[in-house]
Amino acid sequence: MSDKNDKKMNGAASLVRSLEHAGVEVMFGIPGGAILPAYDPLYDSTIRHILVRHEQGAGHAATGYAQATGRVGVCIATSGPGATNLVTPIADAQMDSVPMVAITGQVPSGAIGTDAFQEADIRGITMPITKHNYLVTNPADIPQAIAEAFHVAASGRPGVVLVDIAKDALTAETTFKWPTSISLPGYRDHSQPKQGDVDDAAALIAQSSRPVLYVGGGVIKANASRELLALAEASGIPVVTTLMARGAFPDSHPLHLGMPGMHGTVAAVTALQKSDLLITLGARFDDRVTGKLSTFAPVAKVIHADIDPAEIGKNRKADVAIVGDLKLTINLLLPALKAQYAKARPDFTVWIKQVNSWRSTFPLGYDIPKDGALSPQYVIERLGKISGPDTIFTAGVGQHQMWASQFISYEKPRTWLNSGGLGTMGYAVPAAMGAKVGAPDTTVWAIDGDGCFQMTNQELVTCALNNIPIKVAVINNESLGMVRQWQTLFYNERYSNTDLHSKRIPDFTKLADAMGCIGLRCERPEDVDKTIEKAMSINDQPVVVDFGVFRDAMVWPMVAAGTSNDEIMVARELAPDWDSQEL
Amino acid sequence: MKLERTSHIISVLVENRSGVLARVSALFSRRAYNIEGLSVGPTQDPEISRITIVVSVEGHALDQVIQQLDKLVNVIAIEEMHESSSVQIELLLVRVSVTAENQEKLQALVAQHGGKVAEMAPTSAIVSLTDTSAKIEALISALNPFGILELTQSGLVAMRRTI
Repeated sequence: MSDKNDKKMNGAASLVRSLEHAGVEVMFGIPGGAILPAYDPLYDSTIRHILVRHEQGAGHAATGYAQATGRVGVCIATSGPGATNLVTPIADAQMDSVPMVAITGQVPSGAIGTDAFQEADIRGITMPITKHNYLVTNPADIPQAIAEAFHVAASGRPGVVLVDIAKDALTAETTFKWPTSISLPGYRDHSQPKQGDVDDAAALIAQSSRPVLYVGGGVIKANASRELLALAEASGIPVVTTLMARGAFPDSHPLHLGMPGMHGTVAAVTALQKSDLLITLGARFDDRVTGKLSTFAPVAKVIHADIDPAEIGKNRKADVAIVGDLKLTINLLLPALKAQYAKARPDFTVWIKQVNSWRSTFPLGYDIPKDGALSPQYVIERLGKISGPDTIFTAGVGQHQMWASQFISYEKPRTWLNSGGLGTMGYAVPAAMGAKVGAPDTTVWAIDGDGCFQMTNQELVTCALNNIPIKVAVINNESLGMVRQWQTLFYNERYSNTDLHSKRIPDFTKLADAMGCIGLRCERPEDVDKTIEKAMSINDQPVVVDFGVFRDAMVWPMVAAGTSNDEIMVARELAPDWDSQEL
Repeated sequence: MKLERTSHIISVLVENRSGVLARVSALFSRRAYNIEGLSVGPTQDPEISRITIVVSVEGHALDQVIQQLDKLVNVIAIEEMHESSSVQIELLLVRVSVTAENQEKLQALVAQHGGKVAEMAPTSAIVSLTDTSAKIEALISALNPFGILELTQSGLVAMRRTI
């Protein structure tokens, strides 16, 4: 960075210099033929490169790093299989609006299109799953492409930008020149909300009687949690936080009703259904939240605030749309609302009483197995309690993910990282690795399933060798648990190919040991706390705890896919007893 | 090309970079929008190309198409072209059967429609017409009795009227 601009070097050195200028402190990757020139100057760089064991791990680690820190995550891979192994984490990060830059080597420009060794058209492959991507064949274009990539990834609605660089562009001589400006005539800045739209929203809120703040992951992306708290408290409006927004608003807050959606709380799901005004902040009316769309929140008007104009009206028509950064939006909305309230403060007393009664009548809960077997929900609940609200939790995808979302109390943003949109099994371990690299002084727990864990556990080797002491709780029900739950409910308990036998093979404690981690096992409720405490006491090595749990536990409440949220079940064949409730 | 009631003409200015056509067309396929016609060509600025797309969608989906297109970094501007407020032209080439007896009849018919006979061979002729979709439809109907051997049409291009 101290070197003067306009220096002669090869494209690879120019790439590394560009990454330094972009502020990269760490990247995750694996070298290979086409990207190899870049690894030579990287050897001397201030950038920390973490050598992972599979490119998918590099991608999810970059995602976890970005989710935990708010900075752009960076992963790097070679051409062909290196690049295609990044496809899943790229799609994952893009779906969850995570800022990430992926760098890939490409075969020399003269060989592109010839089915050369390790050639894959990764720009073409990733076009539908990136915010933008580049193929660079001229070394002079490298700094501009990198500068644009970081700008596009981090600004607006965050997303993934891939920069594919031909090997000959890395080896050719060039002049490094960091661009002083970025010219993207087609890339529009939508961050400034319009005052008129905000005023319309404030007027609607003042006229409403059953409003709900429907909060999505955008609030965390915009670092607007503090603003949200102020808005909720000033307005007296209850809050639901989607799977991507857990932690955006304190779980312990009296206005918080929990998570909406397929496995949401009865209070959150029902509040949306009965609401007359959804104040939607950085959420996108995903099918897992709305259930059958035509029956979702049928009488509600909709305020939709989002930085991506394409989200407005995509699934649900908005009565008032506010396009803009959420922090700016809420900062405008709060005074506008106070002005409205000064004229006539709406009375939400009856509504608050109603939602509170749903919350107290239908709390989240679970059955303790009568035979003394370990309840997975209990394990996860204790992990949350013992580890505390500063801990970062990551999860894989499935039952354990839903329980980790339900039974851990999230009080702060960026403490809950998961794969919400794409639903990528195997996310937890590499994402935890990336989160721990970004927040080395924070305890990071990966809550994983035994199915997920067997997809990406190789990154524990990376953790052990690079002093990244994450903790992994394998919620081992020896099944693909969520799939098994659907087989229980919808396929007559015909358990086709969901039995993993993971209590027999592999032995997760031995596997942990072999990978340079501490392996612990816990199978009895009375051992849970002391096992977690033991894991918490180890900070110089990764720890894997194999929690052997009751396999028939199910995630409740549940709105079956494609059905209406009105048909929420609190347990198998058990709808809430609405007769005893005033609606 | 016959424009259905739900057809819309979207004129898209794009940066003239490699892969931009793939980005635009891939967006239509992955969002499940059906392209009826497409033309790509230069503009007065060598850095910028224009893609004119005819897409068959309803109002709400049209708004989504435009919003999603607008998210593409290389897309500079998008404008919907309405039939009443723009000039809309496409190109037709059609090969028809002819005989020595009906060659003159063909010449007259094509001239009447404002087209040209681009080639007159002993048993076939190539006819060209550059005009609106409706005029092109009319010429095709008129040529049908000759026997259409081959037909090719460009996508539509459009330009907003000043008045």
